[in-house]
Amino acid sequence: MEPKLITLKINGRTHQVALKPNVTLLRALRDLGYTDVKNGCEKGDCGACAVLLNGRPVNSCLVLAWQADGAEVLTAAGLGTVDRPHPIQEALADSGGVQCGFCIPGIVVVAKALLDRNPNPTEEEIREAISGNLCRCTGYSLIVEGIQRIAESKESSESPEAKSNKAPTL
Amino acid sequence: MANFKVVGKPIRRFDALSKAVGATLFADDFKMPGMLHGKVLRSPYPSARIVRIDPSRARALPGVVCVLTAADIGYAKMVADIPGQTGQRERPRSETPVLAWDRVRYKGEAVALVAAETEEIAERALELIDVEYEPMPGVFDPLEAMKPGAPVVFEPDNIVARWRIRKGDIEAGFAAADLIIENTYRVPFVEHAYLEPEAGVAWVDERGVINIRVSTQVMEHFRTVARTLGIPQNRVRIQGAFAGGGFGGKEDITVEVFLALLALHTRRPVRLVYTREESILAHSKRHPYIMRYRTGVKRNGRITALRVELIADSGAYPYLSPYVSLYSTVVATGPYRIDNVWVDTVAVATNNPFTSAFRGFGGPQPCFAYERQMDEIARALGMDPLEVRRINYLRTGDTTATGQVIHSAALLEESARRALEALGERTPDRGPIRVGRGFASYMQPYGRLMWLHDTSQAWVGLELDGTVVIRCGAPDPGGGQLSSLCQIASEVLGVPLENVVAYTPDTALTPLAGTTTATRQLYMSGNAVLQAATAIRKTLLDRASKYFEEDPEDLDLADGRVFVKNDPDRSMPLPDLIRICAAEGLPLSHLAMFKAPFRDPIDPETGQGDVFPDFTFGAFAVEVAVDTETGLIEVLKSAACHDVGRAINPAAVIGQIQGGSHQGLGYALMENLIVENGEIRTPSLSEYLIPTSVDYPTTQVILLESGTGLGPFGAKGIGEPAITPVAAAVANAVSDALGVPIRELPITPERVLKALGKL
Repeated sequence: MEPKLITLKINGRTHQVALKPNVTLLRALRDLGYTDVKNGCEKGDCGACAVLLNGRPVNSCLVLAWQADGAEVLTAAGLGTVDRPHPIQEALADSGGVQCGFCIPGIVVVAKALLDRNPNPTEEEIREAISGNLCRCTGYSLIVEGIQRIAESKESSESPEAKSNKAPTL
Repeated sequence: MANFKVVGKPIRRFDALSKAVGATLFADDFKMPGMLHGKVLRSPYPSARIVRIDPSRARALPGVVCVLTAADIGYAKMVADIPGQTGQRERPRSETPVLAWDRVRYKGEAVALVAAETEEIAERALELIDVEYEPMPGVFDPLEAMKPGAPVVFEPDNIVARWRIRKGDIEAGFAAADLIIENTYRVPFVEHAYLEPEAGVAWVDERGVINIRVSTQVMEHFRTVARTLGIPQNRVRIQGAFAGGGFGGKEDITVEVFLALLALHTRRPVRLVYTREESILAHSKRHPYIMRYRTGVKRNGRITALRVELIADSGAYPYLSPYVSLYSTVVATGPYRIDNVWVDTVAVATNNPFTSAFRGFGGPQPCFAYERQMDEIARALGMDPLEVRRINYLRTGDTTATGQVIHSAALLEESARRALEALGERTPDRGPIRVGRGFASYMQPYGRLMWLHDTSQAWVGLELDGTVVIRCGAPDPGGGQLSSLCQIASEVLGVPLENVVAYTPDTALTPLAGTTTATRQLYMSGNAVLQAATAIRKTLLDRASKYFEEDPEDLDLADGRVFVKNDPDRSMPLPDLIRICAAEGLPLSHLAMFKAPFRDPIDPETGQGDVFPDFTFGAFAVEVAVDTETGLIEVLKSAACHDVGRAINPAAVIGQIQGGSHQGLGYALMENLIVENGEIRTPSLSEYLIPTSVDYPTTQVILLESGTGLGPFGAKGIGEPAITPVAAAVANAVSDALGVPIRELPITPERVLKALGKL
């Protein structure tokens, strides 16, 4: 089949790209320069390529780019930057949950989806949510603690000074 | 410097946030203009003769720029021996063909290389390379491979390495025993499964130097690349990207030589990235072992003799098997004082996937055997497992089986006791669910073999504004090595941590610091940075002493200032002092080389001699619930207690220990790279299972800090030790729960039911 012009809205930016039907969203994203989306297996086994598709976490290697035509895609880089990190990114860096870091962008977006629908998850719920994201370095505990910290700090963020003035809101 | 300001604090690593926002450029995230895409054609047979290779159809495919076979690269061979930054000569027979031409010895062996304008064209080109194979008989079991008449994997025979230890009088030792315990233990192939598959980009620059930006644990492979290609060593530059995990699997050369060949032949930048399946096919595995243990023991629990036979499957090429099997030999006794020891180790070639370095480097396998054996002894004598060990534990000043004296603290009893205590109250049995507890102690070296004459270099420099640059060629595959170096420099120079930058390793930019392997990087490069920073500190304080008219010892550096210790108001901002030094031409940078202690090789007949700079000691304890109807095992609680000497960054140390514990739990309970007739039957992450976030609960970590290690501020190494005792502890816990011994990993439900006689 011939390439088709599709529209991908990635991290708030609109891209129009001509892609063949067999191109995965993962490939399309990386080719467009979104290298924060990692390729760990291309089979849906590891979760390193996870992104939010219209707010829902997906393994972008299991989605064809055509299926994302017109959809909103959010990657870890769209959530925050070094200068304006998202609280989840800040918390994972602080907790020691980042070692080699290859799995982290995928975990960041999955955690975002979790906290969006459940602002106060239990440890078990966090573990369940990231169970599709493999990590070989940390044993997961410090990652889980980091995500838990977000939930806790959000609870206490009624007081304005508890909120980082740099960070965008969730 | 008793009161540390930065060292010992659980700081956020400088690389963490950049990774969390996805800004870090890993090896596969880097592009060059006009970049080609490389692919590797691999053998579909574990043992075959190559009759013919015809790349002409592939070469004719539009978009293909280059196809290389062995004939095109002068039948090049690569030395796959231990990567040396020293003058150590490699062992004989350690070469492997870069591309096979007359025969293939394992499934996945490289046969041809392609570079094309797109990845898809490169893949298509692989299909168009015509290779005619004639399958040959292979050998897939090390016991079979040792028999006369077995197929020979490579000439002259299948013996890759032999090691032995002869200490004391083994016969007298057994004669003095009241009881002899004899068992055979088996462990499987294990896959590293780092999240980032092998990747790199190479190009030839304007000076004719081949640049390779790659995910690696070893910068010094530039020498191997040069030698393999027959070009001078100063014509190869390696830039080490932050690696997405290594665990030993990126210690051997991966994509470097292929990339260099393709870049040199095409004169264009080339990218080569393995798929997950290719990664599993192409890199080394942890060695399977067969381990026969025969222990003589007195009724009071004192061990009188130990005879060990270790058989390791080296796979199709030696790679680091001679060294891994040596490590296993040296630690075969475990951390115990045994006067009469006899160890015979052999590493055997087969047509299986090749085996090489994997976190622990031959340490976890014998730990499974020696710690299961200790529990068997305790059981036979009706003694408490900790008591039997306590009677036999090595202590500071004792000698190991090779005659090496332990100089550092050996907190074996304390670590075991603390780990066991951390488990808290015992969970009761529930119907068919039986609860068991076990622990394991261990010894694991840190630092390389002393006859490798290991060194690390680091350059530390002060800028005029008081900021600090560290140039140190230490790869960081995730352990936070570079961040810890920053902490050390920050501490010594009294500069805020955020004012210290450490470059990622680059042979054109950073002095060589040796490999990130053997739990050596903090020990070696930490000391090199400490030396360099201390030299600069001396320059600063000597000059400041003239200014303040005080002795240098009465001055200190902290928070970016120099000050008089007992009158801190008399102080000067560091940039002012730096300007004075600079105006007088005083050196504000220093290149230091740290040398590990050097020794001659051990006696090959007796194994006697000093082998490693030092050892880390500790313990892992675990409580499991075993369903005796289904065989399923649940980890209920676990605790790790290690003497890390000094935790430079406790957050990083805890991360290493929890990560190592999880890998060890996987080794104990689920990880099994199944190889049948040389074929990997678990070639993906949906078949080769590693622990997920829901498999095991958090491992409690207890840090002991004896301050007696050889690393900076008394640190010992923890990267590898973190995994060493885990599988043994789990096996002891399951054996405790069932009342029958477990002697093989992984402990699958099937093995549990077999142990219970239900299958």
